[in-house]
Amino acid sequence: MSRSRMAVGLAWFLLILSVGAFATSAQQSPDPTAPRRADGLAAWDQVHSVLIHPRCINCHTAVDYPQQGDERRRHYANVVRGPDGHGVPGLQCATCHQESNANSTGVPGRHNWHLAPLSMAWQDRNDKPLSSAAICRAITDRRTNHNMDGPALLKHNAEDTLVGWAWEPGRDIHGNARTVPPLSRAEFAEATRQWVEAGMPCPKL
Amino acid sequence: MAPATYELTVNGQKRSVTADPGTPLLWILRDELKLTGTKYGCGIAACGACTVHVGGVATRSCIVPVSLIGDRPIVTIEAVSQDPVGRAVQDAWVSHDVVQCGYCQSGQIMSAVALLKSNRKPTDKDIEQSMGGNICRCGTYVRIREAIKMAGGAQS
Repeated sequence: MSRSRMAVGLAWFLLILSVGAFATSAQQSPDPTAPRRADGLAAWDQVHSVLIHPRCINCHTAVDYPQQGDERRRHYANVVRGPDGHGVPGLQCATCHQESNANSTGVPGRHNWHLAPLSMAWQDRNDKPLSSAAICRAITDRRTNHNMDGPALLKHNAEDTLVGWAWEPGRDIHGNARTVPPLSRAEFAEATRQWVEAGMPCPKL
Repeated sequence: MAPATYELTVNGQKRSVTADPGTPLLWILRDELKLTGTKYGCGIAACGACTVHVGGVATRSCIVPVSLIGDRPIVTIEAVSQDPVGRAVQDAWVSHDVVQCGYCQSGQIMSAVALLKSNRKPTDKDIEQSMGGNICRCGTYVRIREAIKMAGGAQS
């Protein structure tokens, strides 16, 4: 074998070796964002479990009325949303809902009681909750979520007083304690923090 | 719960009452202050007969405990005619002979006044929505609607 042929063969050998090494290297190096996304999605599942609880989702409707009760029935007394989610003159949310719960009469209350805007609906127009992915997108879309970024969403979930009512819902008209979301407020805030720090990933639609 | 004393402003007058904190405002008005124009209907804010104004907001007095009133002024049917809108509504009510049995009418008038203070020219839909929580077993709804429009026109 001539020297030139040996050189060509050696070059091919080295080329194949380097390509193989590169391919092996690519297969062994995982996407560095993958674990972060998985952790974020797990945290989102926790957040989502709270959002779809009746104490939260009853006021995130896509229709002209709020809901009430664990069965999420239409609010009685012909209550309507009104132009800004606070009802209409003569029949405002504040016509019944005061600054705090009225346990002697079974009426819940908290400062600034109102419906979430239609842009933040977590249900369809048949009162069926949207998918987890769709709710996640609604929450993270700054065009519809009052321009809240991750830290603002975390602050909202951790500190907003009306959100906090969900864990202090008082007693119903029969004197029974209302149910509360599956996580504590602190756990909800922590899950939100983990989700935000993971880049607020959403499940695939 | 132990009774407590509350200083209320009712129809422009300071009134002191002592009651259980959970006592609905309705019973303070009717039983303690003898202002019986405000009616008990359902007791669960479903009919509107007990409507008064608290801090200018039409409020179902049957479900709001006295302890949650604070310093907000209360206006009842007995004093609503002192307000120009209230006077116009009552005049329109008479002109249209709205009342049949009359039991719900104090609540109807208080809700109508709240509506007209915010919207002088309500549409049929505005009236339907704002008055939707006030029930009339006599079915005087058509006359109520016309009277509200008349009162709104008188204010324009």
